[in-house]
Amino acid sequence: METIDTTARPAIGGGFRLQWEPAQEAHVLLYPEGMVKLNQSAAAILTRCDGVRTVAEIVADLERTYTLAGLAADVCTFIAFAVERTWLELRQ
Amino acid sequence: MSDPLSGPLARPGHAAPGPPLWLLLELTYRCPLHCVFCYNPTDFGNIGRELETAEWLRVLEEARALGSVQLGLSGGEPLVRDDLETIVAAAHRLGFYTNLITSGVGLTEPRLQALQEGGLDHIQLSFQDSTRRMNDFLSSTRTFELKSQVAALIKKYRYPMVLNVVLHRLNIDHVEEILQMAERMGAEYVELANTQYYGWAWRNREQLMPSRDQLRRAEEVTARFRERIGARMRIFFVVPDYFETRPKPCMSGLGRVFLGIAPDGIALPCQAARMLPGLTFPSVREASLRSIWYESAAFNHYRGEEWMREPCRSCPERGRDFGGCRCQAYLLTGDPANTDPVCDLSPHHHLVTEAVGRAERRQTPLPSEQPLVFRDHRNGKGTQA
Repeated sequence: METIDTTARPAIGGGFRLQWEPAQEAHVLLYPEGMVKLNQSAAAILTRCDGVRTVAEIVADLERTYTLAGLAADVCTFIAFAVERTWLELRQ
Repeated sequence: MSDPLSGPLARPGHAAPGPPLWLLLELTYRCPLHCVFCYNPTDFGNIGRELETAEWLRVLEEARALGSVQLGLSGGEPLVRDDLETIVAAAHRLGFYTNLITSGVGLTEPRLQALQEGGLDHIQLSFQDSTRRMNDFLSSTRTFELKSQVAALIKKYRYPMVLNVVLHRLNIDHVEEILQMAERMGAEYVELANTQYYGWAWRNREQLMPSRDQLRRAEEVTARFRERIGARMRIFFVVPDYFETRPKPCMSGLGRVFLGIAPDGIALPCQAARMLPGLTFPSVREASLRSIWYESAAFNHYRGEEWMREPCRSCPERGRDFGGCRCQAYLLTGDPANTDPVCDLSPHHHLVTEAVGRAERRQTPLPSEQPLVFRDHRNGKGTQA
Protein backbone atom coordinates (compact mmCIF):
# COMPACT_ATOMS: atom_id res chain seq x y z
CA MET A 1 0.00 0.00 0.00
CA GLU A 2 1.44 3.36 -0.98
CA THR A 3 1.97 6.15 1.54
CA ILE A 4 -0.35 9.06 1.01
CA ASP A 5 0.96 12.53 0.19
CA THR A 6 -1.09 14.84 2.43
CA THR A 7 -1.00 17.64 -0.15
CA ALA A 8 -2.79 15.44 -2.72
CA ARG A 9 -6.46 16.16 -3.47
CA PRO A 10 -8.50 12.95 -3.49
CA ALA A 11 -11.57 12.69 -5.71
CA ILE A 12 -14.12 9.93 -6.29
CA GLY A 13 -12.77 7.66 -9.03
CA GLY A 14 -14.14 7.59 -12.57
CA GLY A 15 -17.14 5.28 -12.93
CA PHE A 16 -17.95 5.50 -9.20
CA ARG A 17 -20.76 7.46 -7.64
CA LEU A 18 -21.24 8.29 -3.97
CA GLN A 19 -24.74 8.96 -2.70
CA TRP A 20 -27.00 8.81 0.34
CA GLU A 21 -29.61 6.05 0.18
CA PRO A 22 -32.58 6.66 2.50
CA ALA A 23 -33.81 3.06 2.08
CA GLN A 24 -30.52 1.76 3.43
CA GLU A 25 -29.92 4.66 5.81
CA ALA A 26 -26.36 4.74 4.57
CA HIS A 27 -24.04 6.27 2.03
CA VAL A 28 -23.28 3.88 -0.79
CA LEU A 29 -20.62 3.82 -3.45
CA LEU A 30 -22.02 2.69 -6.77
CA TYR A 31 -19.98 1.22 -9.60
CA PRO A 32 -20.81 -0.90 -12.64
CA GLU A 33 -23.35 -3.51 -11.56
CA GLY A 34 -22.28 -3.24 -7.94
CA MET A 35 -22.50 -1.31 -4.70
CA VAL A 36 -20.55 -0.89 -1.48
CA LYS A 37 -22.54 0.13 1.57
CA LEU A 38 -20.30 2.44 3.57
CA ASN A 39 -19.93 2.65 7.33
CA GLN A 40 -20.02 6.07 8.95
CA SER A 41 -16.26 6.65 9.04
CA ALA A 42 -15.79 5.66 5.41
CA ALA A 43 -18.69 7.92 4.43
CA ALA A 44 -17.34 10.82 6.50
CA ILE A 45 -14.03 10.61 4.63
CA LEU A 46 -15.35 9.91 1.12
CA THR A 47 -17.96 12.69 1.19
CA ARG A 48 -15.09 15.13 1.76
CA CYS A 49 -13.06 13.85 -1.22
CA ASP A 50 -14.11 16.47 -3.76
CA GLY A 51 -10.84 16.85 -5.68
CA VAL A 52 -10.45 20.33 -4.18
CA ARG A 53 -9.53 19.74 -0.54
CA THR A 54 -6.15 18.22 0.29
CA VAL A 55 -5.76 15.17 2.50
CA ALA A 56 -4.41 17.44 5.26
CA GLU A 57 -7.49 19.70 5.00
CA ILE A 58 -9.80 16.68 5.11
CA VAL A 59 -8.08 15.40 8.25
CA ALA A 60 -8.35 18.84 9.89
CA ASP A 61 -12.04 19.07 8.96
CA LEU A 62 -12.77 15.60 10.39
CA GLU A 63 -10.90 16.39 13.62
CA ARG A 64 -12.87 19.60 13.97
CA THR A 65 -16.24 18.03 13.15
CA TYR A 66 -15.85 15.06 15.48
CA THR A 67 -13.71 16.85 18.09
CA LEU A 68 -11.03 14.21 17.88
CA ALA A 69 -7.25 14.47 17.49
CA GLY A 70 -4.67 12.34 15.74
CA LEU A 71 -6.89 11.06 12.90
CA ALA A 72 -4.23 11.51 10.18
CA ALA A 73 -2.88 7.95 10.25
CA ASP A 74 -6.33 6.31 10.09
CA VAL A 75 -7.57 8.63 7.36
CA CYS A 76 -4.44 8.03 5.27
CA THR A 77 -4.77 4.27 5.72
CA PHE A 78 -8.36 4.42 4.51
CA ILE A 79 -7.52 6.70 1.58
CA ALA A 80 -4.72 4.34 0.49
CA PHE A 81 -7.19 1.43 0.74
CA ALA A 82 -9.72 3.34 -1.36
CA VAL A 83 -7.10 4.36 -3.95
CA GLU A 84 -6.07 0.73 -4.33
CA ARG A 85 -9.69 -0.15 -5.14
CA THR A 86 -9.93 2.87 -7.49
CA TRP A 87 -12.76 4.32 -5.37
CA LEU A 88 -10.55 7.39 -5.12
CA GLU A 89 -8.01 9.01 -7.40
CA LEU A 90 -5.38 11.44 -6.15
CA ARG A 91 -4.99 14.77 -7.87
CA GLN A 92 -2.23 17.30 -7.29
CA MET B 1 -39.31 4.00 3.83
CA SER B 2 -41.94 2.50 6.09
CA ASP B 3 -41.02 -0.44 8.26
CA PRO B 4 -41.94 -3.54 6.28
CA LEU B 5 -42.11 -5.54 9.53
CA SER B 6 -45.37 -3.83 10.41
CA GLY B 7 -46.81 -4.67 7.00
CA PRO B 8 -48.39 -7.81 5.63
CA LEU B 9 -45.03 -9.59 5.56
CA ALA B 10 -44.85 -9.95 9.32
CA ARG B 11 -45.59 -13.63 9.40
CA PRO B 12 -43.68 -16.20 11.41
CA GLY B 13 -40.45 -17.66 10.03
CA HIS B 14 -40.39 -15.11 7.25
CA ALA B 15 -37.79 -12.37 7.43
CA ALA B 16 -38.88 -9.11 5.86
CA PRO B 17 -37.11 -8.53 2.54
CA GLY B 18 -34.88 -5.53 1.99
CA PRO B 19 -35.32 -3.19 -0.97
CA PRO B 20 -35.02 -4.43 -4.58
CA LEU B 21 -31.53 -2.95 -4.95
CA TRP B 22 -31.04 -4.28 -8.47
CA LEU B 23 -33.66 -3.39 -11.05
CA LEU B 24 -33.45 -4.92 -14.50
CA LEU B 25 -35.66 -3.59 -17.26
CA GLU B 26 -35.89 -5.91 -20.23
CA LEU B 27 -37.15 -3.16 -22.49
CA THR B 28 -37.95 -5.42 -25.40
CA TYR B 29 -37.54 -8.99 -26.57
CA ARG B 30 -36.88 -7.72 -30.08
CA CYS B 31 -33.27 -8.29 -31.09
CA PRO B 32 -31.30 -8.10 -34.33
CA LEU B 33 -29.29 -11.14 -33.19
CA HIS B 34 -30.58 -14.69 -32.97
CA CYS B 35 -28.20 -16.21 -30.46
CA VAL B 36 -28.53 -19.91 -29.80
CA PHE B 37 -27.69 -19.47 -26.08
CA CYS B 38 -30.10 -16.62 -25.27
CA TYR B 39 -31.97 -17.05 -21.98
CA ASN B 40 -35.04 -15.16 -23.22
CA PRO B 41 -38.24 -17.22 -23.27
CA THR B 42 -38.51 -19.46 -26.33
CA ASP B 43 -42.08 -18.26 -26.88
CA PHE B 44 -41.15 -14.55 -26.79
CA GLY B 45 -43.07 -14.10 -30.04
CA ASN B 46 -46.32 -14.66 -28.14
CA ILE B 47 -45.67 -12.18 -25.34
CA GLY B 48 -47.91 -9.15 -25.07
CA ARG B 49 -47.40 -5.54 -26.09
CA GLU B 50 -44.33 -3.72 -24.75
CA LEU B 51 -44.67 -1.05 -22.07
CA GLU B 52 -44.87 2.50 -23.37
CA THR B 53 -42.31 5.15 -22.45
CA ALA B 54 -44.52 6.68 -19.76
CA GLU B 55 -45.05 3.27 -18.18
CA TRP B 56 -41.29 2.61 -17.99
CA LEU B 57 -40.79 6.04 -16.43
CA ARG B 58 -43.40 5.26 -13.77
CA VAL B 59 -41.64 1.95 -13.03
CA LEU B 60 -38.37 3.84 -12.54
CA GLU B 61 -39.95 6.30 -10.12
CA GLU B 62 -41.64 3.61 -8.09
CA ALA B 63 -38.51 1.45 -7.95
CA ARG B 64 -36.36 4.36 -6.85
CA ALA B 65 -38.83 5.13 -4.08
CA LEU B 66 -38.47 1.51 -2.93
CA GLY B 67 -34.68 1.89 -2.78
CA SER B 68 -33.50 0.44 -6.11
CA VAL B 69 -30.06 1.80 -7.00
CA GLN B 70 -28.58 -0.30 -9.78
CA LEU B 71 -30.44 -0.24 -13.06
CA GLY B 72 -29.79 -2.70 -15.85
CA LEU B 73 -31.25 -1.94 -19.27
CA SER B 74 -31.35 -5.01 -21.42
CA GLY B 75 -33.62 -7.10 -23.59
CA GLY B 76 -33.57 -8.37 -26.32
CA GLU B 77 -31.57 -5.46 -27.62
CA PRO B 78 -32.46 -2.29 -25.66
CA LEU B 79 -31.23 -0.07 -28.51
CA VAL B 80 -34.18 -1.27 -30.57
CA ARG B 81 -36.28 1.07 -28.39
CA ASP B 82 -35.98 4.61 -29.69
CA ASP B 83 -36.90 5.96 -26.23
CA LEU B 84 -33.78 4.46 -24.61
CA GLU B 85 -32.23 7.93 -24.29
CA THR B 86 -35.35 9.23 -22.52
CA ILE B 87 -35.35 6.28 -20.14
CA VAL B 88 -31.64 6.64 -19.33
CA ALA B 89 -31.92 10.38 -18.69
CA ALA B 90 -34.92 9.90 -16.39
CA ALA B 91 -33.16 7.10 -14.52
CA HIS B 92 -30.07 9.23 -14.04
CA ARG B 93 -32.09 12.15 -12.71
CA LEU B 94 -33.73 9.81 -10.21
CA GLY B 95 -30.33 8.69 -8.90
CA PHE B 96 -29.94 5.28 -10.52
CA TYR B 97 -26.56 3.95 -11.55
CA THR B 98 -27.36 3.08 -15.16
CA ASN B 99 -25.93 0.03 -16.95
CA LEU B 100 -26.62 -0.64 -20.61
CA ILE B 101 -26.34 -4.30 -21.55
CA THR B 102 -26.11 -4.45 -25.30
CA SER B 103 -24.97 -6.33 -28.37
CA GLY B 104 -23.90 -2.95 -29.71
CA VAL B 105 -26.09 -3.27 -32.77
CA GLY B 106 -27.71 0.14 -33.22
CA LEU B 107 -25.23 2.04 -31.08
CA THR B 108 -24.36 4.88 -33.43
CA GLU B 109 -22.23 7.83 -32.38
CA PRO B 110 -25.15 10.29 -32.08
CA ARG B 111 -27.02 7.81 -29.90
CA LEU B 112 -24.02 7.17 -27.67
CA GLN B 113 -23.48 10.90 -27.34
CA ALA B 114 -27.11 11.39 -26.32
CA LEU B 115 -26.92 8.52 -23.86
CA GLN B 116 -23.79 9.96 -22.28
CA GLU B 117 -25.37 13.41 -22.05
CA GLY B 118 -28.34 11.79 -20.36
CA GLY B 119 -26.01 10.32 -17.75
CA LEU B 120 -25.41 6.74 -18.84
CA ASP B 121 -22.84 5.33 -16.41
CA HIS B 122 -21.77 2.07 -17.94
CA ILE B 123 -21.91 -0.15 -21.01
CA GLN B 124 -21.46 -3.89 -21.22
CA LEU B 125 -20.87 -5.09 -24.76
CA SER B 126 -21.44 -8.69 -25.70
CA PHE B 127 -19.40 -10.61 -28.23
CA GLN B 128 -20.27 -14.08 -29.40
CA ASP B 129 -16.72 -15.02 -30.37
CA SER B 130 -13.34 -13.63 -31.44
CA THR B 131 -13.71 -14.55 -35.07
CA ARG B 132 -16.09 -13.06 -37.53
CA ARG B 133 -17.12 -16.45 -38.79
CA MET B 134 -18.07 -17.84 -35.39
CA ASN B 135 -19.53 -14.58 -34.05
CA ASP B 136 -21.76 -14.29 -37.05
CA PHE B 137 -22.66 -17.96 -37.08
CA LEU B 138 -23.62 -18.08 -33.40
CA SER B 139 -25.74 -14.97 -33.59
CA SER B 140 -27.01 -15.88 -37.05
CA THR B 141 -26.14 -12.41 -38.37
CA ARG B 142 -23.26 -10.39 -39.78
CA THR B 143 -22.31 -8.21 -36.87
CA PHE B 144 -18.63 -8.75 -36.06
CA GLU B 145 -17.28 -5.69 -37.89
CA LEU B 146 -20.05 -3.56 -36.48
CA LYS B 147 -19.30 -4.68 -32.93
CA SER B 148 -15.63 -3.86 -33.37
CA GLN B 149 -16.58 -0.34 -34.44
CA VAL B 150 -18.87 0.00 -31.44
CA ALA B 151 -16.05 -1.12 -29.15
CA ALA B 152 -13.90 1.72 -30.53
CA LEU B 153 -16.76 4.16 -30.01
CA ILE B 154 -17.16 3.09 -26.38
CA LYS B 155 -13.46 3.82 -25.82
CA LYS B 156 -13.77 7.17 -27.58
CA TYR B 157 -16.48 8.23 -25.14
CA ARG B 158 -14.24 7.12 -22.27
CA TYR B 159 -16.38 4.37 -20.94
CA PRO B 160 -14.52 1.44 -19.47
CA MET B 161 -14.55 -1.34 -22.05
CA VAL B 162 -16.45 -4.22 -20.55
CA LEU B 163 -16.79 -7.26 -22.75
CA ASN B 164 -19.05 -10.17 -22.11
CA VAL B 165 -18.55 -13.36 -24.05
CA VAL B 166 -20.82 -16.33 -23.50
CA LEU B 167 -18.83 -19.56 -23.69
CA HIS B 168 -19.99 -22.98 -24.80
CA ARG B 169 -18.83 -26.02 -26.69
CA LEU B 170 -18.58 -24.23 -30.04
CA ASN B 171 -16.36 -21.32 -28.95
CA ILE B 172 -14.69 -22.34 -25.68
CA ASP B 173 -11.60 -23.56 -27.56
CA HIS B 174 -11.14 -19.97 -28.80
CA VAL B 175 -10.64 -18.45 -25.34
CA GLU B 176 -7.07 -17.42 -26.14
CA GLU B 177 -8.16 -15.62 -29.33
CA ILE B 178 -11.07 -14.05 -27.48
CA LEU B 179 -8.73 -12.67 -24.82
CA GLN B 180 -6.31 -11.41 -27.48
CA MET B 181 -9.19 -9.64 -29.22
CA ALA B 182 -10.18 -8.09 -25.89
CA GLU B 183 -6.61 -6.91 -25.36
CA ARG B 184 -6.48 -5.33 -28.83
CA MET B 185 -9.69 -3.48 -28.07
CA GLY B 186 -8.25 -2.19 -24.80
CA ALA B 187 -10.85 -3.97 -22.68
CA GLU B 188 -10.56 -3.28 -18.96
CA TYR B 189 -12.94 -6.08 -17.95
CA VAL B 190 -13.77 -9.33 -19.66
CA GLU B 191 -16.43 -11.67 -18.48
CA LEU B 192 -16.11 -15.18 -19.87
CA ALA B 193 -19.49 -16.47 -18.85
CA ASN B 194 -20.20 -20.09 -19.52
CA THR B 195 -23.68 -20.69 -20.85
CA GLN B 196 -26.46 -21.16 -18.35
CA TYR B 197 -29.12 -23.47 -19.64
CA TYR B 198 -32.38 -21.54 -19.80
CA GLY B 199 -34.58 -20.45 -22.68
CA TRP B 200 -32.86 -20.99 -26.02
CA ALA B 201 -29.73 -22.37 -24.36
CA TRP B 202 -31.88 -25.05 -22.70
CA ARG B 203 -33.29 -25.95 -26.07
CA ASN B 204 -29.77 -26.23 -27.51
CA ARG B 205 -28.19 -27.69 -24.39
CA GLU B 206 -26.87 -30.89 -25.94
CA GLN B 207 -24.92 -28.94 -28.59
CA LEU B 208 -23.68 -26.21 -26.26
CA MET B 209 -22.38 -28.25 -23.33
CA PRO B 210 -18.58 -28.33 -23.33
CA SER B 211 -16.51 -31.32 -22.28
CA ARG B 212 -14.50 -31.35 -19.06
CA ASP B 213 -11.31 -31.23 -21.11
CA GLN B 214 -12.43 -28.16 -23.02
CA LEU B 215 -13.32 -26.46 -19.78
CA ARG B 216 -9.99 -27.31 -18.12
CA ARG B 217 -8.03 -26.02 -21.14
CA ALA B 218 -10.03 -22.79 -21.18
CA GLU B 219 -9.34 -22.23 -17.48
CA GLU B 220 -5.63 -22.86 -17.98
CA VAL B 221 -5.45 -20.43 -20.90
CA THR B 222 -7.31 -17.83 -18.84
CA ALA B 223 -4.98 -18.27 -15.86
CA ARG B 224 -1.88 -17.85 -18.06
CA PHE B 225 -3.31 -14.80 -19.77
CA ARG B 226 -4.29 -13.26 -16.45
CA GLU B 227 -0.75 -13.70 -15.16
CA ARG B 228 0.73 -11.98 -18.20
CA ILE B 229 -1.66 -9.05 -18.41
CA GLY B 230 -1.91 -8.30 -14.68
CA ALA B 231 -4.15 -5.46 -13.48
CA ARG B 232 -4.52 -3.93 -16.98
CA MET B 233 -7.40 -6.28 -17.76
CA ARG B 234 -9.53 -8.06 -15.21
CA ILE B 235 -10.91 -11.38 -16.36
CA PHE B 236 -13.84 -13.12 -14.75
CA PHE B 237 -14.29 -16.75 -15.66
CA VAL B 238 -17.75 -18.00 -14.76
CA VAL B 239 -17.68 -21.79 -14.49
CA PRO B 240 -20.76 -23.59 -15.84
CA ASP B 241 -22.69 -24.80 -12.85
CA TYR B 242 -23.35 -28.24 -14.36
CA PHE B 243 -19.70 -29.01 -13.55
CA GLU B 244 -20.04 -28.03 -9.89
CA THR B 245 -21.24 -30.02 -6.91
CA ARG B 246 -22.95 -27.16 -5.10
CA PRO B 247 -25.57 -24.88 -6.67
CA LYS B 248 -25.17 -21.18 -7.30
CA PRO B 249 -26.99 -18.83 -4.91
CA CYS B 250 -29.29 -17.87 -7.77
CA MET B 251 -30.25 -14.16 -7.67
CA SER B 252 -28.92 -14.22 -4.05
CA GLY B 253 -32.25 -15.87 -3.30
CA LEU B 254 -35.50 -15.08 -5.14
CA GLY B 255 -37.17 -11.88 -4.00
CA ARG B 256 -34.21 -10.65 -1.96
CA VAL B 257 -32.43 -8.03 -4.09
CA PHE B 258 -33.42 -8.49 -7.73
CA LEU B 259 -36.52 -7.19 -9.48
CA GLY B 260 -36.86 -7.71 -13.20
CA ILE B 261 -39.52 -6.22 -15.46
CA ALA B 262 -40.23 -8.03 -18.72
CA PRO B 263 -41.09 -6.08 -21.89
CA ASP B 264 -44.83 -6.54 -21.31
CA GLY B 265 -44.62 -5.26 -17.73
CA ILE B 266 -44.61 -8.59 -15.91
CA ALA B 267 -42.55 -8.32 -12.72
CA LEU B 268 -40.17 -11.23 -12.11
CA PRO B 269 -37.82 -12.25 -9.28
CA CYS B 270 -35.40 -13.58 -11.96
CA GLN B 271 -35.36 -13.05 -15.74
CA ALA B 272 -36.13 -16.70 -16.35
CA ALA B 273 -38.80 -17.10 -13.62
CA ARG B 274 -41.68 -16.64 -16.01
CA MET B 275 -41.47 -20.38 -16.77
CA LEU B 276 -42.17 -21.38 -13.13
CA PRO B 277 -45.52 -23.16 -12.85
CA GLY B 278 -48.17 -22.34 -10.28
CA LEU B 279 -47.28 -18.67 -9.90
CA THR B 280 -49.02 -15.69 -11.45
CA PHE B 281 -46.51 -12.91 -11.86
CA PRO B 282 -48.11 -9.51 -11.46
CA SER B 283 -47.93 -6.78 -14.07
CA VAL B 284 -46.82 -3.23 -13.38
CA ARG B 285 -49.84 -2.24 -15.45
CA GLU B 286 -52.12 -3.54 -12.72
CA ALA B 287 -50.28 -3.12 -9.42
CA SER B 288 -47.77 -0.81 -7.75
CA LEU B 289 -44.19 -1.99 -7.50
CA ARG B 290 -44.40 -1.70 -3.72
CA SER B 291 -47.29 -4.12 -3.51
CA ILE B 292 -45.68 -6.42 -6.08
CA TRP B 293 -42.37 -6.54 -4.18
CA TYR B 294 -43.71 -6.80 -0.64
CA GLU B 295 -47.17 -8.32 -0.94
CA SER B 296 -47.59 -10.43 -4.08
CA ALA B 297 -47.83 -14.19 -3.67
CA ALA B 298 -45.45 -14.66 -6.61
CA PHE B 299 -42.64 -12.70 -4.93
CA ASN B 300 -43.27 -14.15 -1.45
CA HIS B 301 -43.49 -17.76 -2.53
CA TYR B 302 -39.74 -18.55 -2.62
CA ARG B 303 -38.70 -16.15 0.12
CA GLY B 304 -37.52 -17.65 3.37
CA GLU B 305 -37.22 -21.42 3.74
CA GLU B 306 -40.76 -22.70 4.14
CA TRP B 307 -40.93 -23.84 0.53
CA MET B 308 -37.78 -25.95 0.78
CA ARG B 309 -37.71 -29.73 0.53
CA GLU B 310 -35.08 -32.14 1.74
CA PRO B 311 -32.13 -32.21 1.40
CA CYS B 312 -32.21 -28.37 1.50
CA ARG B 313 -34.62 -28.04 4.40
CA SER B 314 -32.18 -29.39 7.00
CA CYS B 315 -28.98 -28.49 5.15
CA PRO B 316 -26.47 -26.25 6.97
CA GLU B 317 -25.66 -24.59 3.63
CA ARG B 318 -29.25 -23.50 2.83
CA GLY B 319 -28.58 -19.94 3.99
CA ARG B 320 -25.67 -19.68 1.59
CA ASP B 321 -27.08 -21.00 -1.69
CA PHE B 322 -30.86 -20.78 -1.00
CA GLY B 323 -31.30 -24.21 -2.58
CA GLY B 324 -29.85 -23.04 -5.90
CA CYS B 325 -31.95 -22.12 -8.90
CA ARG B 326 -35.73 -22.71 -8.98
CA CYS B 327 -35.82 -22.59 -12.77
CA GLN B 328 -33.09 -25.20 -13.06
CA ALA B 329 -34.89 -27.43 -10.55
CA TYR B 330 -38.04 -27.08 -12.62
CA LEU B 331 -36.42 -27.65 -16.01
CA LEU B 332 -34.53 -30.73 -14.85
CA THR B 333 -36.94 -32.34 -12.37
CA GLY B 334 -40.33 -30.87 -13.25
CA ASP B 335 -40.77 -29.42 -9.73
CA PRO B 336 -39.33 -25.99 -8.88
CA ALA B 337 -39.34 -26.68 -5.11
CA ASN B 338 -36.79 -29.47 -5.47
CA THR B 339 -33.14 -28.95 -4.67
CA ASP B 340 -31.23 -27.65 -7.67
CA PRO B 341 -29.87 -30.89 -9.21
CA VAL B 342 -26.43 -29.28 -9.54
CA CYS B 343 -26.06 -30.10 -5.83
CA ASP B 344 -24.53 -33.55 -5.36
CA LEU B 345 -26.80 -34.01 -2.33
CA SER B 346 -29.84 -33.82 -4.63
CA PRO B 347 -31.45 -37.17 -5.48
CA HIS B 348 -31.66 -35.79 -9.05
CA HIS B 349 -27.96 -34.95 -9.36
CA HIS B 350 -27.57 -37.79 -11.89
CA LEU B 351 -29.57 -35.69 -14.39
CA VAL B 352 -26.71 -33.19 -14.39
CA THR B 353 -23.88 -35.70 -14.44
CA GLU B 354 -25.59 -37.59 -17.27
CA ALA B 355 -25.82 -34.41 -19.38
CA VAL B 356 -22.13 -33.73 -18.72
CA GLY B 357 -21.37 -37.39 -19.52
CA ARG B 358 -23.09 -37.11 -22.90
CA ALA B 359 -20.95 -34.05 -23.68
CA GLU B 360 -17.88 -36.05 -22.63
CA ARG B 361 -18.61 -38.84 -25.06
CA ARG B 362 -19.26 -36.62 -28.02
CA GLN B 363 -16.22 -36.57 -30.33
CA THR B 364 -16.56 -33.52 -32.48
CA PRO B 365 -17.05 -30.04 -31.07
CA LEU B 366 -19.36 -29.17 -33.94
CA PRO B 367 -23.07 -29.85 -33.97
CA SER B 368 -23.96 -32.89 -35.97
CA GLU B 369 -26.89 -34.85 -34.58
CA GLN B 370 -29.52 -32.14 -34.43
CA PRO B 371 -29.54 -28.60 -35.75
CA LEU B 372 -29.08 -25.60 -33.48
CA VAL B 373 -32.27 -23.63 -32.98
CA PHE B 374 -31.64 -19.93 -33.59
CA ARG B 375 -33.57 -17.44 -31.48
CA ASP B 376 -35.67 -15.82 -34.17
CA HIS B 377 -39.23 -14.75 -34.56
CA ARG B 378 -40.29 -17.83 -36.46
CA ASN B 379 -38.86 -20.20 -33.87
CA GLY B 380 -40.07 -17.85 -31.12
CA LYS B 381 -43.69 -18.74 -31.74
CA GLY B 382 -42.96 -22.23 -30.56
CA THR B 383 -43.25 -24.06 -27.28
CA GLN B 384 -42.30 -22.81 -23.87
CA ALA B 385 -39.04 -24.23 -22.47
